[in-house]
Amino acid sequence: MRFALRFTRSGPGLIGAVILALLALAALAAPLLFPGDPLKIAGPALTAPFTDPAFPFGTDRLGRDVLAGVFHGARASLAVGLAAAFAALAIGLVVGTLAGFAGGFIDEALMRVADAFQIVPGFLLALAFVSTLGASMPTVILAIALSAWAEPARLARAEVLSIRERDYVAAARIIGMHPLEIAFREILPNALPPVLAFAAITVAGAILTEAALSFLGLGDPNVVTWGAMIAEGRNVLRAAPFLSIIPGLALVSAVLGVYLVSEGVSDALRPREGRAA
Amino acid sequence: MSAALLEATDLRKSWAARGRSVVALKEVNLTVAPGETLGLVGRSGCGKSTLARVLTRLTPPQSGAIRFRGEDWLALSGAALRTARRHMQMVFQDPLGAFNPRATVAGALADPLRIHDLVPPARRAARIDELLERVGLTADYARRSILELSGGQRQRVAIARALACEPSLIVLDEAVSALDVSVRARILDLLVDLQREHGLAYIFVSHDLAAVKAVSHRIAVMEAGEIVEEGPTDAVVDHPQSPAARALIAAVPRLIREKP
Repeated sequence: MRFALRFTRSGPGLIGAVILALLALAALAAPLLFPGDPLKIAGPALTAPFTDPAFPFGTDRLGRDVLAGVFHGARASLAVGLAAAFAALAIGLVVGTLAGFAGGFIDEALMRVADAFQIVPGFLLALAFVSTLGASMPTVILAIALSAWAEPARLARAEVLSIRERDYVAAARIIGMHPLEIAFREILPNALPPVLAFAAITVAGAILTEAALSFLGLGDPNVVTWGAMIAEGRNVLRAAPFLSIIPGLALVSAVLGVYLVSEGVSDALRPREGRAA
Repeated sequence: MSAALLEATDLRKSWAARGRSVVALKEVNLTVAPGETLGLVGRSGCGKSTLARVLTRLTPPQSGAIRFRGEDWLALSGAALRTARRHMQMVFQDPLGAFNPRATVAGALADPLRIHDLVPPARRAARIDELLERVGLTADYARRSILELSGGQRQRVAIARALACEPSLIVLDEAVSALDVSVRARILDLLVDLQREHGLAYIFVSHDLAAVKAVSHRIAVMEAGEIVEEGPTDAVVDHPQSPAARALIAAVPRLIREKP
């Protein structure tokens, strides 16, 4: 309750939440407002935006409704972005907390694996993964998660290393608390804020990676995504720039919304430093 | 009370720092009887905090033995150690750092009650109120966040958390050093009252001889990892034998040193 209250008091967080809520609403409403396959040919090709009331955002080279594409694209982009970032953060937090808390050989082993993943540029890793396993939604999500978990892991580990030396962890040991409870109840929640602040970069990065994969034709071909729409528009960039600009704006607003929400979340999560006199 | 509550023999501990080893404890011996306060004084860096952490098993010693409540304290591990920890509690110097910043007062006090199953869940809230009142706070502090409390209030909650375990010994590591003088005196009074009431033993670690003198039955003076002098409080304060003890007494402001 207090979290919700503090979140709504944060300006950027509220704006971000509104943007994301609108996008989520668009994603949910897409099948109702634009029933049927958004990839079907709906009208004359290359209708300019704001000329035909039936197609407010115009149509693309094949006569597909751009507005329908944007709405349906929100589904894919948000789903992939959130799922991939969630998976990456979950892997990263567990690996980082275990490495930091256990120390010794476990720490070394886990961090060398993280090194291996970090050395390869994330996008290349995702690219290689998708081109080997084939383009489908679950593969894309897994590929993005695998390319993004190492950094949150490193961040969580550093935070855990500093927290586990604090007096309150010693105090928890003194009262006889179980090590796992110490790790996951005393340490992990306090290691969370910097990792959650980083979550924005992960979610935004995942949305962009998915768009980039689609742009290169490695997205799921049966799903409309903003990246694929931008790629589609590239062929007629001079004649009809709106075909790339409209999904591009959608992409920008999604990434911006995620950033602002995370700003608000980390504001609200930070324990207040206020000292009573 | 012939049997000692706590008996430490030949404790040694050194830290590795940049390839060199720094001796923090060499052959430390001490005993604490039930219901007794042992004051442990010494300058900063003399190893008294290390000793406190070794006794509470936060840090393992290199060698030596500790008997606590008739058991080999260093041989305990895992669940047996966690269960036994209830009997030896600790209060830390920094009253803010000793609490999870997300904790509420009630949460911090509920943990030991839950972990050691000392009070049935239905009675826990009442027990928490009781503990708070015992350390001089009112029951409505229970709902507050630790961050909303002052240093002195936090230290009272820390003492209540230790009491919640129903221990026989509390190690107070510079427990009043971070508090201002008037608050310090009230906390010391509280400690003495609690001792009378529950028969608690204390190891009172401090660099401040005046505070140690006020609560201790016996005083041990530490210097460079060793206990250089030990005896009844009055004997050590009135007739210090070692240079370390004399230096500490000279450092105490005159008003406190002079007897009326």
